Amino acid sequence: MAKLESFTLRDPLRESLLFNRRMMFTIGVVAILTLILIGRLFQLQVINNAHYTTLSEKNRVSIVPIAPIRGLIYDRNGVLLAHNVPSFILHVVAERVENMDATLSLLKQLITLTDKEIKLFKRKLRRKRSFVSIPLRYRLSEAEVARLAVNQYRLPGVQIRAELTRHYPIGALMAHVAGYVGRISEADLRQLDTSAYRASSHIGKVGVEKFYEGALHGEIGFQRVETNAQGRIIKVLERTLPIPGQTLYLNIDVNLQSVAHKAFGEDNGALVAMDPETGAILAMVSVPSYDPNVFVHGLETEDFQKLSKTPSRPLFNRALQGQYPPGSTLKPLLGLAGLELDEIYAYNPIDCKGWYMLDDDVDERRYRDWKREGHGATNLIEAIAESCDIYFYDLSYNLGIDRIHQYLSAFGMGKKTGIDLDGEVDGTVPNKEWKRRTYNEMWFPGETLINGIGQGFMLATPLQLASFTAALSQSGKRVKPHILKASQDPRSQQIQPIEPVALQSVHQIKISNWEIILKAMRKVVHGIRGSARGISHGLKYQIAGKTGTSQVFGIKEGERYKKENLKKKLHDHALFVGFAPYNKPRIAVSAIVENGGGGGSVAAPIVRKVMDYYLLGKKNEPELIKQP
Amino acid sequence: MNLNSSSSLDFGDERRISGGGRFLHQIHLDGPLLFALLLLSGIGLIVIYSAGSQDSGLMFRQILRLTLGFIIMIAIAQIHPRTLSHWAPWIFAAGILMLVLVLLLGDIGKGARRWLNLGLFRFQPSELMKLALPMMIAYYLSNSPLPPRKLRLLVCSLLLVFPTILVAKQPDLGTALLIASSGIFALFLSGIRWRLIISMFIVLAASTPFAWNMMHDYQQRRVLTFLNPESDPLGSGYHIIQSTIAIGSGGIYGKGWLNGTQSHLDFLPERSTDFIFAVLSEEFGLIGVLLLLVIYLFITARGLMIASQAQDTFTRLLAGSLTLTFFVYIFVNIGMVSGLLPVVGVPLPLISYGGTSLVTILAGFGILMSIKTNRKLVG
Repeated sequence: MAKLESFTLRDPLRESLLFNRRMMFTIGVVAILTLILIGRLFQLQVINNAHYTTLSEKNRVSIVPIAPIRGLIYDRNGVLLAHNVPSFILHVVAERVENMDATLSLLKQLITLTDKEIKLFKRKLRRKRSFVSIPLRYRLSEAEVARLAVNQYRLPGVQIRAELTRHYPIGALMAHVAGYVGRISEADLRQLDTSAYRASSHIGKVGVEKFYEGALHGEIGFQRVETNAQGRIIKVLERTLPIPGQTLYLNIDVNLQSVAHKAFGEDNGALVAMDPETGAILAMVSVPSYDPNVFVHGLETEDFQKLSKTPSRPLFNRALQGQYPPGSTLKPLLGLAGLELDEIYAYNPIDCKGWYMLDDDVDERRYRDWKREGHGATNLIEAIAESCDIYFYDLSYNLGIDRIHQYLSAFGMGKKTGIDLDGEVDGTVPNKEWKRRTYNEMWFPGETLINGIGQGFMLATPLQLASFTAALSQSGKRVKPHILKASQDPRSQQIQPIEPVALQSVHQIKISNWEIILKAMRKVVHGIRGSARGISHGLKYQIAGKTGTSQVFGIKEGERYKKENLKKKLHDHALFVGFAPYNKPRIAVSAIVENGGGGGSVAAPIVRKVMDYYLLGKKNEPELIKQP
Repeated sequence: MNLNSSSSLDFGDERRISGGGRFLHQIHLDGPLLFALLLLSGIGLIVIYSAGSQDSGLMFRQILRLTLGFIIMIAIAQIHPRTLSHWAPWIFAAGILMLVLVLLLGDIGKGARRWLNLGLFRFQPSELMKLALPMMIAYYLSNSPLPPRKLRLLVCSLLLVFPTILVAKQPDLGTALLIASSGIFALFLSGIRWRLIISMFIVLAASTPFAWNMMHDYQQRRVLTFLNPESDPLGSGYHIIQSTIAIGSGGIYGKGWLNGTQSHLDFLPERSTDFIFAVLSEEFGLIGVLLLLVIYLFITARGLMIASQAQDTFTRLLAGSLTLTFFVYIFVNIGMVSGLLPVVGVPLPLISYGGTSLVTILAGFGILMSIKTNRKLVG
């Protein structure tokens, strides 16, 4: 065949036929391929059109959450405690940065950038999702912003963002009450409704900021935006504005707070002042304090450790969380219990020799009075006014620990007051049951004596002391202590005041018995031998109160407490509780000065300064000042 | 047997040509083909205007290129097929020489060495080869009776493989593919035996692993991405995913001209060049796409008709090869953009923005028109 072919002449007709057969075949192939294309396009554009339309919409439209503006916090007179200020933050999107080291070193030339900040930034960089910007420097100054803006072209991936940042103009003075916000942590995220916080970077961590987080935060807004492939917003399609957080007015009077704070001087301690009728907390001081503003941008672990490990514990809210032996401040309550038990007994004086011994004590242990030589013949009123321990040893012994527990509990001791702040602690009011439960031991009669003068197991917070003092001033009527005075809707400007919440009153107590106890408390300040008579000088109103000096350091039997021989931290705590004016109580205060020494000489003057300011030092209380 | 009426494909009779048609015929142009090409170019300009984000600059540059392309087409149409046949070996030799030069000292652009800098302008010899190879094979096969003998087949294979490899090494897989297919079509149409074709297919399939190893990383990645685009949705799979979304979301009627979100919001890459089909699909929907396919099919059919009516082996093979290569452009581009085929850089003829291939394609149609208008009328 091959040989033959070489001789074959060209046959145009045959070649043409062959070509056309091939042509028919290719036309078939072209037709099939075209049908395949049409089939594919039909599949994409008709059958799966809905699917791809969704994908295209998802591509195009994204939902951008808008953070609500956090509610402002004012004191009762409209003094600003917390607000939001614009601040500039330097962000870096690592994926857009060509050379991170070069960029950082250039940034270092333009703005102040500490190694710490760079270290923190690099730590965050390792854990981030892609194309998420990481903050590098907070609180850029205007000059820094300008320098960065000029050099923007050299800094791809570097962005400056304006953000509203929480600021506390009053700082440390209100730190324990107002608290602070901080960056949302992993732990916060576990408890949060994350969808409501998608746009928020901060959350209340402590104090009012935490307790009223729900009201302050507001409601998140959204905008549906059309974005391009780079994620840049091209246009806004739809917008649901966020609802700003509520404006809060606190019961605290910042000036009063300041007076109280200053009155502590160099000492540590706490003070709570409340309106005994409404439960409004007028001042709540815990010294030392701290600057809440440093927490807003996040403290580094080391700095936080340093702050939390300071021996004076500035982060600790003593007013709410400090548990102190209440000492003699309990005596009016025990006196009331004694009167209710046996009135005649109460009027009978006992002979105070300076020590007390239980009848059946084989060890013959002597329980000492603070006054070594004793008070002599002392009745209940004198015992309260002069704070005679012997009288109350005897009374406690007669009452028994379970009845003491019953009366103290009725005044709210040993449990949380229910104030609108987080972290409050219970304190301790022991009884036999409690001791068995806690120590699995039986109760010793001697312990009744010790606890009866507010030592031993007995523990109370300054807030609890203020709360029972208020209850005493109101003859047993009790209200829940409250920080918040009113909230205000920033849009309607409508003010919603907080109504006082009544607690279970201390009832079934004779009016005459109240009068005896309150009279005794007045004598603490105004009596010639009152333990706080030092503050009565020049007083324009009458104070009823009770001093307390609680032991930090157990003095052995036969030893004498000598301040000079002890280290400061082993000195007694000085306490004073009181209310004023005597006839129509408007303020009830408790104060404790850690290791301050005597209650009458150290704590009572602080309380007087607070009362002076509140009752005399200012004009009539103005109504809520409208926000500027 | 009448050659014209029974055994050739008849897509229009010369006797029905109107006055204008006669004028066009005199200047060696084919009316229907010219009209279809102009229509296509017009559609292309409309889509480019949209794809280029209403940048009329892009459109005007394309108009310039089209003008140049049509001028070259008309010029080539004036050359008699016989002359082309004489030139074929020289053009082919020059093409090979330039391809070798490109590999040695060509300009680099987009990671490939494709251009020769001729001082005044840059020239892409691989484009010339798209025309030179089918001309060369058609010329070579026309020197002897068909179907070709074994020796000639071997020579043809060498003629085909050598430039293909040179172009593939640049690397330019798309163009290599088009060059190879233009040669294969010429060979296929020459009537080589089916047995041979099938065994060649088997050899090709067997050599796939070898070819895989020869491929550049990016080419291998493209094939892998094609097989599973979701494996790398932000990397190399991004093109295919976004273009299928664009096509699919267009639906039957499309989102309307200038309203394509995929293209206007930058989701679609290479949207005015290789991926312009996705823009067209998104904005004009299935209806627009079908219209485009109808025009393409008409041009293809017209080209095949010219091939079928050609009177000698050289013109027949050349016309057939050029037309089928044109169809390969369409199939590969649409197949690639719609996710049927791996991504290879093949433009959508006369629609995609870009000069070089446009000129080549129009030059090819110039040859077709020359073949069409230089027939001796039989009978």
